[in-house]
Amino acid sequence: MSEIVTKNLNLWYGPFHALKDVNASFEKHRITAIIGPSGCGKSTLLRVFNRMNDFVDGVRMTGEVVIDGANILTGRMDLVALRKKVGMVFQRPNPFPLSVYENIVFGERIHSGAMSRSALDAVVEQSLKSVLLWDELKDKLNSSALSLSLEQKQRLCVARLIAVKPEVLLMDEPCSTLDPQATARIEELMRELKSDYSIIIVTHNMQQAARVSDDTGFMLLGELIEFGKTTEIFTAPKDRRTEEYITGRYG
Amino acid sequence: MRKFKEFIIEKLILACGVASIFFVVLIFLFLVKEGLAVFRSVSFSHFMFGHKWYPISEPPHLGILPLILGSILVTIGAAVISVPIGVGCAVYIAEIAPLRVKEILKAGIELLAAIPSVVLGFVGMVTLVPLVKNIFHLPTGLTALSGSVMLAFMAMPTIVSIAEDALYSVPKNYKEGAFALGATHWQTIWRVMLPAASSGIVAAVMLGIGRVIGETMAVMMITGNAAILPKSILVPVRTLTATVAAEMGEAVVGSEHYFALFAIGIVLFVISFMINVTADLFLHRRP
Repeated sequence: MSEIVTKNLNLWYGPFHALKDVNASFEKHRITAIIGPSGCGKSTLLRVFNRMNDFVDGVRMTGEVVIDGANILTGRMDLVALRKKVGMVFQRPNPFPLSVYENIVFGERIHSGAMSRSALDAVVEQSLKSVLLWDELKDKLNSSALSLSLEQKQRLCVARLIAVKPEVLLMDEPCSTLDPQATARIEELMRELKSDYSIIIVTHNMQQAARVSDDTGFMLLGELIEFGKTTEIFTAPKDRRTEEYITGRYG
Repeated sequence: MRKFKEFIIEKLILACGVASIFFVVLIFLFLVKEGLAVFRSVSFSHFMFGHKWYPISEPPHLGILPLILGSILVTIGAAVISVPIGVGCAVYIAEIAPLRVKEILKAGIELLAAIPSVVLGFVGMVTLVPLVKNIFHLPTGLTALSGSVMLAFMAMPTIVSIAEDALYSVPKNYKEGAFALGATHWQTIWRVMLPAASSGIVAAVMLGIGRVIGETMAVMMITGNAAILPKSILVPVRTLTATVAAEMGEAVVGSEHYFALFAIGIVLFVISFMINVTADLFLHRRP
């Protein structure tokens, strides 16, 4: 089952052609990694899926991106509903300067209006448990989210996202500011979340892609060069450029 | 030779730095010396909480409570008007306005800051004062309300520019995070940007209020200068600053009246100092 399908997707930042005819199908309940050298357009592609590129001046897109049968690139698309369905974890953990509790119920507050305290409490507990932070933070729910460690902050950002019950989690280099142990634990978390969410992760780190993903897409200069099962991409790449990249000849 | 030159220049710069502090200390000491002298003839509580300010009657009544309340009333009035408008304006400039509008607004705000207070007072006197008089059917439009409105104009530039800076320095990734969760622009502003900028906004408000408390010329021209205990915002009041400005020229040097005006100066100094310190605490508070 496809979660997201792109058809002849092109994107320009002003005169710069950042995505060129991207055709891909991202499967449900799998982890798809997008790899490639800096500036290849992988973050841009990720930000198409929740229309975060809309905030860039002079951005222009053609083609189609279909999620749940609807082309999300049309002007009629309800961006609030889209971003509720397609959530994003950023490179730098960005919890709001509020308490841990308020960070997690943020989504409930903006989407569901007034909710009872006990319902909110339940959301907080459930979300923190699903990112394995509950035991660490259950006594610190009212302390500032900015006082947490980097890894805790990133987990909190995932929890905050899960609380709005998305279908897709977009992760833009979610471990690039973390140390190796914390990275391993976040990857473990991704594997656990896979059964409930479709995850697309952009990463610089080829080992990470190989470790954590089911499918991999390799991008170069705005083109999706190769897309397929991670095992195949890493053991038997069809394209010479993919092979050169994963064997470290450039990147 | 070159070393000697460096030495001289260094010492000169040091002297400049020390001079500014030196003069502040001198002014403060002079203020305290002249001001405290008044307490030889009136007690502290009489001075602060006395209801009558008749400095040249015989014997003089030197109670500054009407003046303190006048200042507070005008200041609160100005704050009530200028804080919502100022913060709203800052939000609009920082978050919503298109680039061109933003530039025009910022230039306008700077222009507002550049208007001398005597001009604001004068304009208020011929436009606002008759308006207040007619709207509320008052015997005179020279009231605390008129002063509050004019002072709100003076506080606004400070509030807008500092609050806008505070909003502008909220990290962009907070905003992205909120949008990525499906928040609307307004929800992002209300639930993320304003809380994140809150300490800067409080500082902006405090500094705006500090400016209002210390303002003299405009209030002297349009608040009516009646040193009575104000019962509403629609009566003439007299502020601490206006009292000093109006009476210093006619007070006999060395008289109780003269010392009392200096004591008012101390009170003003303490109030502004507290406001500035509070603002500073908020500005440098870790988020």
